Amino acid sequence: MTEGVALLTVFVLAVFVGFEVVSKVSSTLHTPLMSGANAIHGVILVGAVIVAGTADEAGVLVVALIAVVLATLNLVGGFVVTDRMLEMFGGKRPPADAPAADVKEGGA
Amino acid sequence: MIPVWAQVCYVVAAVCFILALKGLSSPKSARRGNLVGAFGALLAVVVTFIAYDIDNLGWILLAVAVGAVGGAWGARRVAMTAMPQLVALFNGVGGGAAALVALLELSEPARAGLVKPNGFFNDGGWFAYAPLNDEAGGHTLEELERLAQLLTTGTLSATAFTILIGAVSFSGSVITFLKLQELMTGRPITFPGGPFVFGGVLVAALGLGVWTVATGSVTLAIILAVVGLLAGVLLVLPVGGADVPIVISLLNAFTGLAVAAGGYVLENALLLVAGTLVGASGTILTRAMARAMGRSVSSILFGAFKGGSTAGRGEVSDRPVRSAGPDDVAIMLAYARKVIVVPGYGLAVAQAQHTIRELVDLLEKRGVEVGYAIHPVAGRMPGHMNVLLAEANVPYEQLLEMDTANGQLRTSDVALVVGANDVVNPAARTSPGSPIYGMPILDADHAGAIVFLKRSMRPGFAGIENELLFDPKTTLLFGDAKASLTALVTALKSL
Repeated sequence: MTEGVALLTVFVLAVFVGFEVVSKVSSTLHTPLMSGANAIHGVILVGAVIVAGTADEAGVLVVALIAVVLATLNLVGGFVVTDRMLEMFGGKRPPADAPAADVKEGGA
Repeated sequence: MIPVWAQVCYVVAAVCFILALKGLSSPKSARRGNLVGAFGALLAVVVTFIAYDIDNLGWILLAVAVGAVGGAWGARRVAMTAMPQLVALFNGVGGGAAALVALLELSEPARAGLVKPNGFFNDGGWFAYAPLNDEAGGHTLEELERLAQLLTTGTLSATAFTILIGAVSFSGSVITFLKLQELMTGRPITFPGGPFVFGGVLVAALGLGVWTVATGSVTLAIILAVVGLLAGVLLVLPVGGADVPIVISLLNAFTGLAVAAGGYVLENALLLVAGTLVGASGTILTRAMARAMGRSVSSILFGAFKGGSTAGRGEVSDRPVRSAGPDDVAIMLAYARKVIVVPGYGLAVAQAQHTIRELVDLLEKRGVEVGYAIHPVAGRMPGHMNVLLAEANVPYEQLLEMDTANGQLRTSDVALVVGANDVVNPAARTSPGSPIYGMPILDADHAGAIVFLKRSMRPGFAGIENELLFDPKTTLLFGDAKASLTALVTALKSL
């Protein structure tokens, strides 16, 4: 199936991109990164909406709607909680009047 | 067929996700990155509603509203200390959703009266269609081809994978949640023959998976999901103490892969890319976290079977220690040249992040040089302590990563250990028999003097005794971290 091969190609390339983008992450950001990545797979909502949209029996629709609720929880909750954490990281700072003498400059 | 403009929008969304992960790797761009990701997700969902032929629209929108309100409510309300549990829970529901989606996709050809022709390698094509079945009526040729495609060996393999891994991720995350929320014991739960039971379940899952692919049977797929749930529980039960957060990261990668396989089933490139990104980055992240603890992923997962987990006996020793009052400790700190604070989870439990910052500010006013030594796994999740201190407005420039911190500790007069224990336990360096042997630690014992603020002599999260408490250089200040710090602040002000 050429469609299958095309998707396989996309998969392999995405593996490399995935490895590459987080290879140099600092341990400071492990928690937000985990929660941010967690939010991204909530996009399974797209799949849940598609199956719910083709449901033609009540039983199937109920299961599909459960999937929609679960996926939305993952997607919305994930992004909101990550934002809440990161807001504190970069957010309002008091003026740095007395920075500690030899601390490491915040690096990426 | 999805219109081209919609597919282009999906590509844009995929790029947003890549940028989101990239942004999250650096503190400066992290928040913007996350917002870019959220925008990508919103775009993808809106496009899906428009581009696909969606029935039951009212119901679906209602379900989305319920999920969105619930998710946002939970995310807004959770205390920063409970962050790991919440991430576990969100991860679990994502895995559950992926498994359900795959199950429903699998049931579609059956509902239309299609059966997979006998034989593992028979790809069927649309010979699979049983034309005499009345229920199949009303399907166009294009739809029938799509349904038959779902019964090919390749697609069925992806379906079985999504169902199994999604189920493992769901139940595993729920157990992780229960452990972290302390609704069940955080200690490893093992039982005689545990490894064999787990092995048996894995073999059963594999067999059921192959059988599902061979037959395309929905019933078998449901049994596969149940076995997956069992496997998830068995996977996480023996993981103990400090290791649980690493498992969250691993299950996060699992859910990512389940979503990716789901994308293959639905022939949706966006799901495939998003899931794969999470799977790959989650794998790297899991390894990075495990390395920060000086352990391998396999020893974390299966350590309890071999007796090498981070769970100690939790005994309390009655050896003599030196304790002091807040006034004495305040004097030690005030006349030090350099103080390094080593915060741990106890600090967060006592909600004392703001008080420690007040103390540090006072010390800095007196000209004492102060920094925070952050162990990568301080708190209950890698990087957790950084989040907790950021909440108290501690500038992240003051947070020293482990290597820098260890250099600073060597030249510091006082190491002030607040609510931390295992991350400064020299046993990790010196006693090969110790469960935490090999974990990189903060060398608080290299400081001129060590002050522990502790509630009691109870051992830390990993349940093992800390030699450093009995060191002649060590002074203990007993009490709740917040009460002790407040007393220190008062004492410092009156000096």
